[in-house]
Amino acid sequence: MFNAVLIDLLKIGLVVAALLQAASILTWVERKQSAAMQDRIGPNRADILGLTVLGLFHPIADGIKMLTKEDFRPRGADPYLFPLAPVLAFAPAVIAFAVIPWGGTLRFGEGAETWFVPLRIADINVGILFIFAVVSISVYGVVLAGWASANKWSLLGGLRAASQMLSYEVSMGLSAMGIFMVFQSLRLSEIAAGQGELMFGFIPKWGIFVQPLGFILFMTASIAEAKRVPFDIPEGESEIVAGYFTEYSGMKFGMFFLGEFVEVVLASALITTLFLGSYQIPFVVADQARNLYGLQLPGAELWPWNANLVAILQALAFVFKVCVMIFLLQTIRWTLPRFRYDQVMNLGWKMMFPLALANLLITAFLILALS
Amino acid sequence: MIPTKPVPTEKRDDKQLTFAERIYLPEILRGLRITLRHFFANIFVWGQRQVVTIAYPEVKRAVSPRWRGRHRLTVREDGTPRCTACFLCSTACPARCIHIVAEEHPDPNIEKRPGRFEIDLLKCVFCGLCVEACPCDAIRMDTGIFALSGFSRQDFYLSLPKLLEGVPAEGPASAGGPAKTRN
Repeated sequence: MFNAVLIDLLKIGLVVAALLQAASILTWVERKQSAAMQDRIGPNRADILGLTVLGLFHPIADGIKMLTKEDFRPRGADPYLFPLAPVLAFAPAVIAFAVIPWGGTLRFGEGAETWFVPLRIADINVGILFIFAVVSISVYGVVLAGWASANKWSLLGGLRAASQMLSYEVSMGLSAMGIFMVFQSLRLSEIAAGQGELMFGFIPKWGIFVQPLGFILFMTASIAEAKRVPFDIPEGESEIVAGYFTEYSGMKFGMFFLGEFVEVVLASALITTLFLGSYQIPFVVADQARNLYGLQLPGAELWPWNANLVAILQALAFVFKVCVMIFLLQTIRWTLPRFRYDQVMNLGWKMMFPLALANLLITAFLILALS
Repeated sequence: MIPTKPVPTEKRDDKQLTFAERIYLPEILRGLRITLRHFFANIFVWGQRQVVTIAYPEVKRAVSPRWRGRHRLTVREDGTPRCTACFLCSTACPARCIHIVAEEHPDPNIEKRPGRFEIDLLKCVFCGLCVEACPCDAIRMDTGIFALSGFSRQDFYLSLPKLLEGVPAEGPASAGGPAKTRN
């Protein structure tokens, strides 16, 4: 019992540490990837003892810079809401990772005393609803930042952000609904386990194969939730200075900045969990009930592997898939121009919402017809 | 009224967006293909001709001999400045940033020399009229120095010793080779 609590605390520490590392490395990825796409080199000057490792010390330099900058508070800013807003923008993205499964299950011991360590922090029976609920709280962070800044442009940015995020939450939920109907569960662990099966004997039952339209809708909606280009009207870089976080400096700005990157990681992790087969590797079997672990190509025999090796490989597969999604989101960010605000609303309500409903209808008919 | 030639008008092509363009997804894929092509080309041949970054300050862009940088005063063979304090440059300057105080020259064949010669770089517009006006080729703007920085206003007032410092190590026209980049 005490062991279980200790293991959970370890997992929480691991996930939070990994998330913060990922967010700061993402700043490096963003700058270097955008440089490569724009025929530039990107940052390569920050060095320790003369070693510039492709500019990987720049996130550290950024962190030191943000910690040492003056903590500015504009005159007229709300004294309680102004410092609260960055917390509400940063914390929900990290909290949502509590239910995302990032690997299989480690097992130690034999027979009656097998000790399972599932590689996720918590397995709630409402799974995905928890994530949607927590992500909705981040809307508060944006709105409070816009309001408490006592700045007209921040207010505009905050208002636009609020309406954009609310609109796309609707489409996000509806487009993921198809996945829940196919896998018959809201629990993320069951969705992840269900994506290990094979359809027609050789196609893994990943969400992207059973719900291609849902994948596109969900990806678009989660980009809009994270306020990334092409939906970055709230930040409006080059239009309204920095939108809702114009008046923030130092580490408060750092919280918004890193919080946005954590949301990118969260969006990628969600898309991976629901649509890209979570931690499953095609043809790798991890059957906990029957104690079968290994590689089983279609039509061939099972090649048994060590259970913990399979779990670790699955965790690595999850990380790899999340990285691929992050790369894709960054490429989209540096390719597409920003949508106009009315185009964003138009897309959210008049195109994605009916498409998500149509997707639901078609999925329902197909499930009925094929059962 | 000045008669003007009629501007030729072209037929505007107001074609409707095709279905593929309206759903926007194929357009996104076309855009992604272009940026990804640049991305993969640049990370595998990093540092070669596809990247346009120059590693300043180790590598500087070449300036032509006529490019107007910071001023300098030229000297005769014996090391004294050529300037005879004739005030032609001071008069020609449109920003009125050159201030000269003349004094007697010990050599009886030369009338004057500048006792104080100050250029206020904060006012200078770098037009080069002083160089054109000088009859003795005493002032030139060929140092190629463009990085003028200082911590106070005094740092931007060039006086005689600074102006006589001469040409920097690279020479007036640093041709340089191909730009070297750092990974």
